[in-house]
Amino acid sequence: MRVVLRLFLQCVLCLAALSAQAVSPDLLQKLAYGEADDKLAALALIVAGADESAIPLLQALADDSVQASPDTREKKIILIVKDGKGVDAVTGKAVEPLSEGLEDVVINNRVRKEITTAIAALKLASPDKAVRLAAARELQSNAEESMLPALARAVAKESDPDIKNLLALTQASIQLSTGDKPARMAAISALAASNNPSTKTLLIGLLAKKGNEFVEPDADIRAAAQRSLDTVQSKLSTGERFGQAFTGISLGSILLLAALGLAITYGLMGVINMAHGELIMVGAYSTYLVQNFFKANLSGAFDWYLLAAVPVSFAVAALVGMLLERGVIRFLYGRPLETLLATWGISLMLIQACRSIFGAQNVQVENPVWMSGGVEVMAGIILPYNRIVIIVFALFVLFMVWVMLTRTRLGLFVRAVTQNRGMAACVGVPTKRIDTVAFGLGSGIAGLAGCALSQIGNVGPDLGQSYIVDSFMVVVLGGVGQLAGTVYAAMGLGIANKFLEGVAGAVLAKICILVFIIIFIQKRPQGIFALKGRFADN
Amino acid sequence: MQRRSFLKQLTVSVSLAVAGMGATLAQAQETIKVGVLHSLSGTMAISETVLKDVALMAIDEINAKGGVLGKKLEPVVVDPASNWPLFAEKARQLISKDKVAVTFGCWTSVSRKSVLPVFEELNSLLFYPVQYEGEELSKNVYYTGAAPNQQAIPAVEYLMSKEGGGAKRWVLLGTDYVYPRTTNKILRAFLKSKGVDDKDIDEKYTPFGHSDYQTIVADIKKFAQGGKTAVVSTINGDSNVPFYKELGNAGLKAKDVPVVAFSVGEEELRGVDTKPLVGHLAAWNYFMSVKNPTNDEFKKKWAAYAKAKKLPGADKPLTNDPMEATYIGVHMWAQAAAKAKSIETDKIIPAINGQTFKAPSGLTATMDAKNHHLHKPVLIGEVKADGQFNVVWKTKGPIKAQPWSPFIAGNDKKKDEPEKK
Repeated sequence: MRVVLRLFLQCVLCLAALSAQAVSPDLLQKLAYGEADDKLAALALIVAGADESAIPLLQALADDSVQASPDTREKKIILIVKDGKGVDAVTGKAVEPLSEGLEDVVINNRVRKEITTAIAALKLASPDKAVRLAAARELQSNAEESMLPALARAVAKESDPDIKNLLALTQASIQLSTGDKPARMAAISALAASNNPSTKTLLIGLLAKKGNEFVEPDADIRAAAQRSLDTVQSKLSTGERFGQAFTGISLGSILLLAALGLAITYGLMGVINMAHGELIMVGAYSTYLVQNFFKANLSGAFDWYLLAAVPVSFAVAALVGMLLERGVIRFLYGRPLETLLATWGISLMLIQACRSIFGAQNVQVENPVWMSGGVEVMAGIILPYNRIVIIVFALFVLFMVWVMLTRTRLGLFVRAVTQNRGMAACVGVPTKRIDTVAFGLGSGIAGLAGCALSQIGNVGPDLGQSYIVDSFMVVVLGGVGQLAGTVYAAMGLGIANKFLEGVAGAVLAKICILVFIIIFIQKRPQGIFALKGRFADN
Repeated sequence: MQRRSFLKQLTVSVSLAVAGMGATLAQAQETIKVGVLHSLSGTMAISETVLKDVALMAIDEINAKGGVLGKKLEPVVVDPASNWPLFAEKARQLISKDKVAVTFGCWTSVSRKSVLPVFEELNSLLFYPVQYEGEELSKNVYYTGAAPNQQAIPAVEYLMSKEGGGAKRWVLLGTDYVYPRTTNKILRAFLKSKGVDDKDIDEKYTPFGHSDYQTIVADIKKFAQGGKTAVVSTINGDSNVPFYKELGNAGLKAKDVPVVAFSVGEEELRGVDTKPLVGHLAAWNYFMSVKNPTNDEFKKKWAAYAKAKKLPGADKPLTNDPMEATYIGVHMWAQAAAKAKSIETDKIIPAINGQTFKAPSGLTATMDAKNHHLHKPVLIGEVKADGQFNVVWKTKGPIKAQPWSPFIAGNDKKKDEPEKK
């Protein structure tokens, strides 16, 4: 009896081991030790077998987490290693401790591409609709002839119309180059419904010339391809225009953030503040310090350090700004040249102070996880999250400034003092204190800009210098003393710059913009919007 | 802006004078001075700061073994601040005032071109540790980085091959100065020789310190719709961080459009989230991930040095190709000085030619007998999720440098050794 039981148990164990063994040892050997061609052959066999249990192994290969003993050893070990724990790829058993001298199984782009395609092909059989949809999307650009049978099976089984369409398009793109003429014509017309960039690549391939000869000899097929290409092209260019507009708005929002503080200190108060860029830099370094604090003390909440960094960078920059105003600028009101020189000197001091404290090298400010990556709004157009967040942030800051200036007592005082200082003082407004607060506010907003800029660019002592010219450009173009002008100028410059960059390249675009501003200011020195009334006449 | 740079120069010249006075005082001691000329601030600091540190480490090592010709080496470190004319000024100061025997320095070709007349006029030696565009051969410079045939051309050939993805269209993207422009000229000629049409090559340049790569990445995506595309990046300095961030965020995957970089190594990728960048490539003659005992020792020494000196980033010490080249350069010079029993430029040059050093790349690096360049192996690596590189292709042995690329017209008549003796 006992013997029988033992035998039975052994059988069960054996079966369990077998079911864990996703890929036959022979194929596994090829995947781990073979040349790229061997690996691809093994992959094709796995896909043909439609064995879903191979997915974890393939995923591990794609993630670089498969290790194997050196090829020269007699006993070959292949492990899937995650977080320092190994699982034997053949038996599925945990291996502890990891054997010595294991080497990573290295795959190159060619193999990586095939692995992702293979995983997608295998995932088509998944019961989860979302997984199938993602897999169908992935296959769209990379499917190959060898997958036709698998695709046909999947199309036949598929119940969801969206996925079915996608798969049918993929099927069509493969059949483009094979099969008889009617089948090819049908495939080409079907492809007109696609909005995937890789379809365009395929169709262009059909129209290509080699020397003076067309690669595709059949004129009907070429004509059909041209028709489909035009349809796909028009869909894609809509997407491209949208993408271009987005990059323009994104640059505009950055310019707006950088210039908004200056619109208060220069625009409203008339202080030519050359240290504005350095206040941005102060904000960026405050963000860096908050990040370090979170890393050291609150690593669990690291992803949310930015939320803490926003008020901190505002407060630090505002404090520096108020010190500046109390210490230097208040003695120089009404003397623009002296203000210019003094603030410029202060900017140099701030840069040097920053070099002495943090070192001359750039510091690293990491993006939180939720700001990495992007959302795909249509095929090929991905909007990065960090840009979206900054656009929203710029709007938020703009809204707060607007509320502050137009809906609060403090805003009323600020406007009163900047429009007619003497009269404001007569009716009891503490003008000196208002000056300090207003300057602090402008500086604080510069600090907010620094916090945002730290997420997309480099943070170094020279950070501010690259934004000071842009900021003045925006404020001067928009019209001094006007928030609305600043917004229009920032967005206009952003979009114009990005449009020109697409046509003429980054260097020429910058030159064109500068020339445009010079000409514009010649014709209309007061900027886009001019204040009317007594203040403007001063 | 003008005024600002004027003031900067004023402060610099004041500090020059002060440093000069300090130097004359120190002259009395029995040391050999060596110059270290790397940008420690500005856009190139991201790349060059570690080269200064590794040069100092190599000098420490030599001093620990008794120095050169019985004298200790005394490093003189200056900061030319990513400002090209300042490089020439600082070089003149090092040679004339500090009387250095040799200088290790420069990263960008524009900085090397700026100091070259100074080294030639004062007949001093420069060891230049970075890959570059070639088209130059000076008696006073030793090039320990790669020439185009030791980096750019093999990388492009790899991307054309079946293994590399069989690219048919090319985006040549670079920072706007002499190195990317010349390299791209060579690559364009090379691609044409392989039958690539002009319409399949797109050349793009951005200024130093450029930080908004949205349009460029969108353009690359659009260009890639026309057929299998690869990007060759010669972007230099801290622009690489926003460029790679944008690549990752915009979802441009290496398996679709691979980007091969010539000036991006382990150090430049520090602080970039490399998970979305897996598979993008770099071509160098050394990677930190290379496995051999010499490299293990080199990495260990560097980690210990970075920790002891509390260098920034010492918690995650990284080595890269130009660091290796700097390390080789310093040691080769010291070995040559011992062989020539002299540190005078004209006496030491014959001893440097043909000098060998067991390099961390795993092979013995040999200085060519004539052309002032190293024989180096070529490696192509793919970025891993942890910011290191997987070597996916390498040459069997060291390759001899061709400073005069055969892909530029008229170079076939140029001699493979410096004109002046």
